[in-house]
Amino acid sequence: MNALKRVIIFGATSTIAEQTARQLIAQGASLYCIGRNPHKLEAMLADLKVRAGSNQRVDGTAADLTDSSRHEALIAAAEAFLGGVDGVLIAHGTLPDQQACQQEVATMRREIETNALSVLSLLTLLANRLEPQGRGVIAVISSVAGDRGRQSNYLYGAAKGMVSLFAQGLRNRLAKSNVDVVTIKPGFVDTPMTAEFDKSGLLWTKPEQIAAGIIKAMQKGKGEVYLPWFWWGIMLIIKHIPEAIFKRLSL
Amino acid sequence: MSAPLSWNRLPRVEPRAIHRLSHRWEAPPDRLPRPLLAYGNGRSYGDVCLSERGSLLLTRSLDRFIAFDPVQGIIRCEAGVTLGEILALVVPHGWFLASTPGTRLATVGGAIANDVHGKNHHEVGSFGHHVRALELWRSDGRVIECGPDQNQEWFRATVGGLGLTGLMRWAEIQLMPIQNPWMWVQSQRFANLEAFWLLNREAEAHWPYTVAWIDCLARGRARGRGILLSGQHAAAQTDLPAFKTGGKRVPFDPPFSLVNRLSLRGFNALYYRQPIKPQGALTHYLPYFYPLDAIQDWNRIYGRKGFYQYQCVIPPEPAELAIAALLDTIASHGEGSFLAVLKTFGNKPSLGMLSFARPGTTLALDFPNRGDKTLRLLAALDSIVKEAGGALYPGKDARMPASLFRSGYPQWQAFSEYIDPNFSSRFWQRVTQ
Repeated sequence: MNALKRVIIFGATSTIAEQTARQLIAQGASLYCIGRNPHKLEAMLADLKVRAGSNQRVDGTAADLTDSSRHEALIAAAEAFLGGVDGVLIAHGTLPDQQACQQEVATMRREIETNALSVLSLLTLLANRLEPQGRGVIAVISSVAGDRGRQSNYLYGAAKGMVSLFAQGLRNRLAKSNVDVVTIKPGFVDTPMTAEFDKSGLLWTKPEQIAAGIIKAMQKGKGEVYLPWFWWGIMLIIKHIPEAIFKRLSL
Repeated sequence: MSAPLSWNRLPRVEPRAIHRLSHRWEAPPDRLPRPLLAYGNGRSYGDVCLSERGSLLLTRSLDRFIAFDPVQGIIRCEAGVTLGEILALVVPHGWFLASTPGTRLATVGGAIANDVHGKNHHEVGSFGHHVRALELWRSDGRVIECGPDQNQEWFRATVGGLGLTGLMRWAEIQLMPIQNPWMWVQSQRFANLEAFWLLNREAEAHWPYTVAWIDCLARGRARGRGILLSGQHAAAQTDLPAFKTGGKRVPFDPPFSLVNRLSLRGFNALYYRQPIKPQGALTHYLPYFYPLDAIQDWNRIYGRKGFYQYQCVIPPEPAELAIAALLDTIASHGEGSFLAVLKTFGNKPSLGMLSFARPGTTLALDFPNRGDKTLRLLAALDSIVKEAGGALYPGKDARMPASLFRSGYPQWQAFSEYIDPNFSSRFWQRVTQ
């Protein structure tokens, strides 16, 4: 079991991350939160400080994580504030407009930068920090979309696929240092990122439930986790449809 | 997304658009068809929280605390925070909501917009009396902070203002100190309405919380029989029992209402005969204030057709006669209510121009929706309320005639000056057009 007493959250103002932060606070953790929008971050930190007990510490800073030159300093600041790190959650990301990415290489590259390369940069630096201490957990929010390329959003899928694969290798590397790397693959989650979708179907999940699943997976040091669990079955089927058939589907 | 419902699950109307607000400074997008209306956690009844011609702004995600002062007992939070979320935070610090309705699942915004009241109205007034400040977003982009000491006219319009004066973004509330989460509660049986008035007068003089449940099917000499519950926050003590929360829920919509003549008669008769505690007993605050919150989706027991709430207030002078007439009318129609609640309000004038609570006696009932039959009974009750100079509670209404609203809320025209021109509700359209 990984005790989550001191946790860093990147992309903290995303709905899933904010719910995770609240639940971690309720469990007694201290947090350092990094988010892009300073207003959102400020509102979130104020809320977390109200919820936190007097022996818990909460702070954070606003930063654009696509600027990877700042990553080292951000991690150092978080570690200094918390006095050590037990766990890290990397949750930032966007949902790219697939059409726009098909039309413009610049847009495509920017989305890869945001959703994949900035994550890989953080993972690299964090791995090197945690490896020598011989304990801790790094969780990264990937997506079921990264399991197979589909015409409707293969740019997002490719970015998340890169994150999943990178995390898989890192997990392998850090296993002997007793540092867990957890890949979170949420299915459809009811958040502002998916505001334009019809959410009446059964597959939609509340961010609070995803948050609870993330914390459990981090504590247990799981490898790959589908949230909710039944997405494992759905993706198993989707991954195994033969390419000859798959290319004719409009998924 | 399926259309949001109010708590009694009628009327079923579709808004033209639904938009969830995620941050308190986020202005509703221009693309949303006007008029707008905030929808919190769907705990009001009828159509004060519903829109047919415009868009609903879902405010439940505005659920952040902004500041809490555990020394002064002052909390500031976004309007979508529920009363239960506030209690979970503040009770361990020795604070409580000074005024709370019978559900903790209402949002702060909803509690202010309906200026809700609790069993201690005779001591502390209604929810609005404990609001120190709130912020209103107007569709012309203006942001107004108001309270009892600033922009009072906006405050008086917004407290009890049914969400029509704009979008409430946050509020600051004064809490009340308590020693522990427990209540000391006494229950007494009374044989009829006459006995209630005597017992209630006595109880109100000594207890901060009083409320009576009555068996509205009993007739003749037993008319208005029931149980009076008087309560106070428990004193500081070391020997407190353990309290375990456990939730039950109604998992589906039964095809017909489980509340019918037979079950009502049985329930009412049993409830009246429940063991009472004239000496008093300790009860945790959750089952005392929020007994129905323990059963998730309890409103489903009325089936898909939903039910009507009927809550009126009758001024002190005609109250005894009018309440008797209301009970006679209900009993003669054989349309009993599951839980009929009787309570006298105190004399503290409400702050809001459209506040419901006022000196007098309030009777609250719910009736399964049996179509015209039910509507005929409610119309008969209306005429008694109107005759007595009373009013119905907009936050619990799905059908009051415009004339009854206007006679019960004489300030409604003055209030309309403060309505945001881009906000409206189905309720407001119904009673003013």
